[in-house]
Amino acid sequence: MTVLTVENLGVSSGDTHLVDHVSFEIGQGERVGLIGESGSGKTLTAAAVMGLLSDELTASGSVLFGNKEILGARERDLARLRGRDMAMVFQEPMTALNPTMQVGKQVAEVMLIHRTQRDRRSARAAAVELLELVRLPEPRRAAKAYPHQLSGGQRQRVMLAMALANNPSLLICDEPTTALDVTVQKQILELIVAGTRGSALLFITHDLAVVASVCDRVLVMYEGRIVEGGLVQDVFTAPRHRYTQQLLTFSELGTA
Amino acid sequence: MVTTETRRRTPTLVVGTILVVLVVLAALVSFIWTPHDALRVDASIRLMGPSGDYLLGTDKFGRDMVSQIMVGARTTLYVGIVAVGVAALIGTPLGILAGMTRWLGEFIMRVNDLVLAFPALLLAIMFGAVFGASTLTAMIAIGIATVPSFARIARSGTLQVMSTEYVLAARAAGRRGLRIAVRHVLPNISGLLIVQGSVSFAIAVLSEAALSFLGFGTRPPTPSWGRMLQESQELLAVQPRLALVPGVAIAIAVLGFNLLGDGLRDRLDPKLAGRR
Amino acid sequence: MALRILRRTAIFVVSVAVASIAVFLFMAVLPGDPAQVALGVNATPELLAQTRHEFGIDRPLTTQYLDWMRGVVTGDFGRSYVTRDLIGPQLVDRLGVTLWLVGAGMVVALIVAIPFGSFAAVRHRKASGTLISGLSQLGVAIPAFLAGILLVQLFAVQWKLLPSGGWTPPNQNFGEFVRGLILPASSLGLVQGAVLTRYVRSAVLDTLNEDYLRTARAKGLRPGQALRRHGLRNAAVPVVTVLGLQLTTLLIGAVVVERVFVLPGLGSMLLDSVAARDLLTVQGIVLVLVVAALLVNFVVDLLYTVIDPRLRRS
Repeated sequence: MTVLTVENLGVSSGDTHLVDHVSFEIGQGERVGLIGESGSGKTLTAAAVMGLLSDELTASGSVLFGNKEILGARERDLARLRGRDMAMVFQEPMTALNPTMQVGKQVAEVMLIHRTQRDRRSARAAAVELLELVRLPEPRRAAKAYPHQLSGGQRQRVMLAMALANNPSLLICDEPTTALDVTVQKQILELIVAGTRGSALLFITHDLAVVASVCDRVLVMYEGRIVEGGLVQDVFTAPRHRYTQQLLTFSELGTA
Repeated sequence: MVTTETRRRTPTLVVGTILVVLVVLAALVSFIWTPHDALRVDASIRLMGPSGDYLLGTDKFGRDMVSQIMVGARTTLYVGIVAVGVAALIGTPLGILAGMTRWLGEFIMRVNDLVLAFPALLLAIMFGAVFGASTLTAMIAIGIATVPSFARIARSGTLQVMSTEYVLAARAAGRRGLRIAVRHVLPNISGLLIVQGSVSFAIAVLSEAALSFLGFGTRPPTPSWGRMLQESQELLAVQPRLALVPGVAIAIAVLGFNLLGDGLRDRLDPKLAGRR
Repeated sequence: MALRILRRTAIFVVSVAVASIAVFLFMAVLPGDPAQVALGVNATPELLAQTRHEFGIDRPLTTQYLDWMRGVVTGDFGRSYVTRDLIGPQLVDRLGVTLWLVGAGMVVALIVAIPFGSFAAVRHRKASGTLISGLSQLGVAIPAFLAGILLVQLFAVQWKLLPSGGWTPPNQNFGEFVRGLILPASSLGLVQGAVLTRYVRSAVLDTLNEDYLRTARAKGLRPGQALRRHGLRNAAVPVVTVLGLQLTTLLIGAVVVERVFVLPGLGSMLLDSVAARDLLTVQGIVLVLVVAALLVNFVVDLLYTVIDPRLRRS
């Protein structure tokens, strides 16, 4: 069962093509990594999938989520999907949370928006449970905390709790551990893998080691195009594109 | 949402400059020529509408409106220049000093806040009460009231410059404060100061107009836009033109300097270490 | 946080003290003799000396200042040199009028600025946003008294909808009170609203670029909802800063507007007493105005800690 079908996706700003002829599929239960350096277009691709491209950019092609076309869809319909059927975790946990609202309230909000909880009280209780699920110490206290009172790793757990609250069929993670300590990274990755068991994951990063440990398939992006794709073990042991080879050489994976 | 930086060409700077130049020209030309003598009172031609000879008509004393506007522009610019000049000359060194020292800087900022509690109009009224109201008291009062704005901007800019690697290196090399202030800080905050100057000029024009309206600004018979407004009040129902003419003049001057300041700010933005 | 409040309070008290000294000294160096002003040119030297003693101005400056301040703190502002009336009660009455004017003006300004500023920010790339931005620039360029004059012309003279001036206390006739307040409050409020619109626009624009709004969208909130629920409170912080400064400007704008609409407020009392060389009254009024400005800044500072939880831990 295909969760996401991207066909010939193009994103341009005026005459400049930032994403060009990108096509790929993600099936249920699949974990796909999207690697490339900064500026390769991976974040724009993710934004396009969520329908969150900024107004100055134009998108072409097709993005099918289930059987719904995302590109050009009405904001009202997209808002219904976001946070419920598809969710996203961003890179900077510091700035991704509202600094003036308690984190428990922010997690509860995503359930109230989509009516997956009846009222505020049950939403708050569910939020505390979610915070416990992502292994935040003292979840009840943490729920009343403000973002600036938590560490980077703790904030990212909150983001994860928010994303997974409504059991989305697709979770997109955009460099979720890049801004965190190495020790914390591992824990967050474990949570992501555990949280997406049975649903689809699109994991964006420039770190090959992470892709190797988390994903089944990998897509390599370079200057807005997908230059190579396949099973992780195939691509990493026998890279065919020059760029992939370069990436591997300079990463810690080295040669098989 | 992913955004890309777009540099929009706004006409702010152009429009602002044009308006300011308009006012400056009116003032400068008035030294050499005005359509009529701005001070000449002639009861026989009072309250005339616009005509070929008197393009904007005459006021209740028979004086030509166009000439009064032109000469009034002198007062407006005069007050602005002196007020902003005073504020910049006093405020900038204070601000730089505040940015470069700790305890003294704190103290200066506290005094700054105190001065802010004395708005320009209040100071001008006080000065007027003591020394007798005139253009001079208005200028000095507005100038003093504007010092805090300059000090604040200068300090903010100084703090940013002080944290740049260039300056840190200079300090490590043993360069003394005054030298750093003059060679590094001043050139880098000059853009900020110019923008502030333009904005403060606009505020000064408004303040002068208000003061003249209250009778605490320019004394008669020297033409002043603010006083023209005050004189027009009683005849508003029959001759709204008398209020509209100086009103539009004031609006043009204020708008011009505000737009000029905004336009300059947009221009200088990427070069400054500050935020949008 | 308690430490922060304590510190701010201390600064406030010291500022008030310094300001009072400044005001007192300023009036004290005034050339001219209040007794002479009160009695006229033909007064005899003995009468002058007696009056000076009555006024208490033959004492050393420090004594005069301390006596004055001691009185002020208990609400006694002394007696006017010119009218011999108690200054305090009249000051309070007039202050009330001015406060109504300033308060109503602030309300009008906020009613204008918040929706228009937000709109201009959200549509800042479209024509409608630029239009609002341009209009606000124009609004800033119009002095409050000009707006007042024009409004009177339109609503009072031409259409005869509202009174052109005068004041009715709220407990006397509430309807008339409101009617009389609309035009002066609007003159103040519309102009201040234009200034505030620009600040609101800037604050909201900054907030629009923040990551947490993107997160809100990703959660399923539509742009308007995201802005209202998450953006507004964060945008409020820079706007509250400006609000404090704006209140000071409004106070002074009120002085001018009172002239246009003939309102018996503090501003007109100030102008009248200056014209009459009634120095003790001027001194009292200036002190009240300055303390009001300092108080506003003090309150705004405290308001920060309420709005922004990041500031609660000192």
